[in-house]
Amino acid sequence: MSDIQKVIEIEVLRYNPETDKAPSSQVFEVPFTDDMSVLQGVQYIKDYLDGSLSFRWSCRMAICGSCGMMINGVPHLSCETFLRDYYPARVRVEALNHFPIERDLVINMEGFINKLESIQPYIIPKEPRTLAQGEYLQTPEQLNLYEQFSSCINCMLCYAACPQFGLNPDFIGPAATALLHRYNVDSRDGGKEERMDLVRSEEGVFHCTAVGYCSEVCPKHVDPANAVNQNKTNAAVDYFLRFVSPKGGAK
Amino acid sequence: METYKADVVIIGGGGAGLRAAIAVAELDPSLRIALVSKVYPMRSHTVAAEGGSAGVKLPTDKLDYHFNDTVAGGDWLCEQDVVEYFVAQCPVELTQMEHWGCPWSRTPDGHVNVRAFGGMKIERTWFAADKTGFHMLHTLFQTSIKYPSIKRFDEHFCVDLVVADGRVQGAVTIEIASGELTLIEARAAVIATGGAGRVFRENTNGGVVTGDGMALAYRHGVPLRDMEFVQYHPTCMPGTGLLFTEACRGEGGFLVNKDGYRYLQDYGLGPAEPTPRNKAMELGPRDRLSQAFWYEQQKGRTIDGPHGSVVHLDLRHLGEAKLRERLPQIYELAEQFLGVDPALAPIPVRPAVHYTMGGIMVDGLCASPLPGLYAAGECSSVGIHGANRLGSNSLSELCVFGKRAGEEAANFAKSVPPGHSAELLKQAQAVEQRVLGMVKKTGGNERIATLRKEMAQTMEDGCGIYRLADTMQKTCDKLDELKQRFKNVHIEDKSSVWNTEWLLAIELEYQLDVAQAMAYSALNRRESRGAHQRLDGFEARDDVNFLKHSQAHYVADGAPRIDYGPVKITKSQPGTRAYGAAGEKAEQERNASHV
Repeated sequence: MSDIQKVIEIEVLRYNPETDKAPSSQVFEVPFTDDMSVLQGVQYIKDYLDGSLSFRWSCRMAICGSCGMMINGVPHLSCETFLRDYYPARVRVEALNHFPIERDLVINMEGFINKLESIQPYIIPKEPRTLAQGEYLQTPEQLNLYEQFSSCINCMLCYAACPQFGLNPDFIGPAATALLHRYNVDSRDGGKEERMDLVRSEEGVFHCTAVGYCSEVCPKHVDPANAVNQNKTNAAVDYFLRFVSPKGGAK
Repeated sequence: METYKADVVIIGGGGAGLRAAIAVAELDPSLRIALVSKVYPMRSHTVAAEGGSAGVKLPTDKLDYHFNDTVAGGDWLCEQDVVEYFVAQCPVELTQMEHWGCPWSRTPDGHVNVRAFGGMKIERTWFAADKTGFHMLHTLFQTSIKYPSIKRFDEHFCVDLVVADGRVQGAVTIEIASGELTLIEARAAVIATGGAGRVFRENTNGGVVTGDGMALAYRHGVPLRDMEFVQYHPTCMPGTGLLFTEACRGEGGFLVNKDGYRYLQDYGLGPAEPTPRNKAMELGPRDRLSQAFWYEQQKGRTIDGPHGSVVHLDLRHLGEAKLRERLPQIYELAEQFLGVDPALAPIPVRPAVHYTMGGIMVDGLCASPLPGLYAAGECSSVGIHGANRLGSNSLSELCVFGKRAGEEAANFAKSVPPGHSAELLKQAQAVEQRVLGMVKKTGGNERIATLRKEMAQTMEDGCGIYRLADTMQKTCDKLDELKQRFKNVHIEDKSSVWNTEWLLAIELEYQLDVAQAMAYSALNRRESRGAHQRLDGFEARDDVNFLKHSQAHYVADGAPRIDYGPVKITKSQPGTRAYGAAGEKAEQERNASHV
């Protein structure tokens, strides 16, 4: 530990809908140590400099998904992004891109939640089983098919990174598609057909222009771009199969 | 003020709250459920549980073994009839989670895999890599979306219960996005708000873990039971307290001191063997391991670090491939937060507060003494953890007792008539005046963060791993002082939208009440048991005077009143709690005497 207290400037985009017409920046000087995260810097501001600063956070360990922010223009979880990596320059924090700001660093996530709910994110059993019959068998290989897509923490960094979501807020987007894919490829699930209507719809996967920035910013290696593109292929196959199969292509 | 009419209101949207909501919906789809959470449910702290969830699985295991491990692990302060129900339901509920899609780790032939955990005789901890809580929470949240009768109140902060005619009839909430209050009328309520670890300085808990539900029930006359039992987890990140799961040791990790010596063998946990042996060494229970750290520190055998003394969690011999497969999150935490590659270097760790064994007093049906009020999960004291919880029992608890609380609340709701809306609204309006008054008030000069910091420090000083009467007394006095100073708290933020400073103040007031219950209960327990260890003449367990549950009763503007209730013993008489070779010998002797 250094004897001299280092101080970093944190520039925060502030917005209070009750008093402000538009967001504006405010700079705070924050003493820090090398192990302090950006989140801890923002918490310092709230605790000691300005109690009115609003932001979401909880677990501090990159699993609850609350604390996503734009940090120097890049979507990050603020709890696992460190001030030392920006010092001695100023670090700028803002609410996640592409979402309405409710206040300061807090975005409105209702649209995202609606998307999550719309994809039927639960097992629709292929072969119903009673508890007395015990567990479904699922090999490690079958688990591997979906495990990565089940690791999404709903932090929405991928939406803040997605240029298409920025243009069209109705686009189902990376995380919700990854979750849809997660259930579709689960060996216990038989609900793919019901979910594919959404994939093929106006708001479905064809909006994606394969920029891939969503996967780059994902803190949990979910690789939503991969899920989106697998579903483009699925939806395209379905499109052609529907001409030859009386029930439509999805199975 | 808006009113929403529900049949059952559930406060808390983590594992227990979601499981309760689903249970109500499945029992009777016509019941209207209001699920209130101060965060979106998937942010709840269940998300941070890592290692796994206990339930008998292997043919070599028995429900009785799980029972014995749990009761002995809890130093016999468990409700044994409740533990018996619990262990029988664990496999059923974990199978239910499997049917709902939880991505349990599997054996090569497709069965759910289990791993070793501290204090457990046989491997019975179901796991999803090292993100078990995360996966269980998301599975429950996503499954809950199936049920149209569950109306979620996400980011609604509960400020009070409404009690009329001697029973709970609703809750009052603040919508965080607007600052507006809502009365949720209900004929029964389930509290599932989690623990209170944030009252301590160094802890593994998320910011939301502030004991809200405990304080709500407590203020309405429900006792908080066994609050002196606070679990220190032995392997946490220095400074932040972030958790390195017990599964690190279940998979074969070592704990070593500054000489590279596996010091646990000096504390009745040996012999030290190269591979994990259940209930020995690193797979001993958490209370014993945290206590051993304290002694190593006294002996000067720990390592000095920027955030206090540490020992080393050594995973190197497990190899990168196994670490990436079984402990991927731990791997990343060590790399990102500490700059340590656990395949190449040991991880510095120290104990931090992790779990509140005690909570809202409820019976085996999750019913509190206040009619219509139920509780489940960490906020509750249903009686399964006693004086020390075994790792991986709490995730199972969420499912088993979340379900039970939901069903019992549903049945209660159906048995009573709806309340008188006008009367309930009048009460809710009084609550509204009180909480809005906190923001409007001017002239205060106490900063929230200062009070919170002083509270957390005094709890660590007086109610840590080892306790002394005079420091506990100082903690009690300090908390009394902080409660007085809280009356002078200053809230800078006067706005309605997302006024988190206001919510922090309300949380702090909850925390001070819960902290008081902990400190006074600790001071009054003049023995050592499980996680409550004294060094001032009360070093031994005293079954004659203290084989009983403490019950803290709220006293407005004063110290809590502490009294005691009986412990239900059915088939396991209190014995010596021994682990390692000594534990095996004791078990053989017990078995021989039963023949």
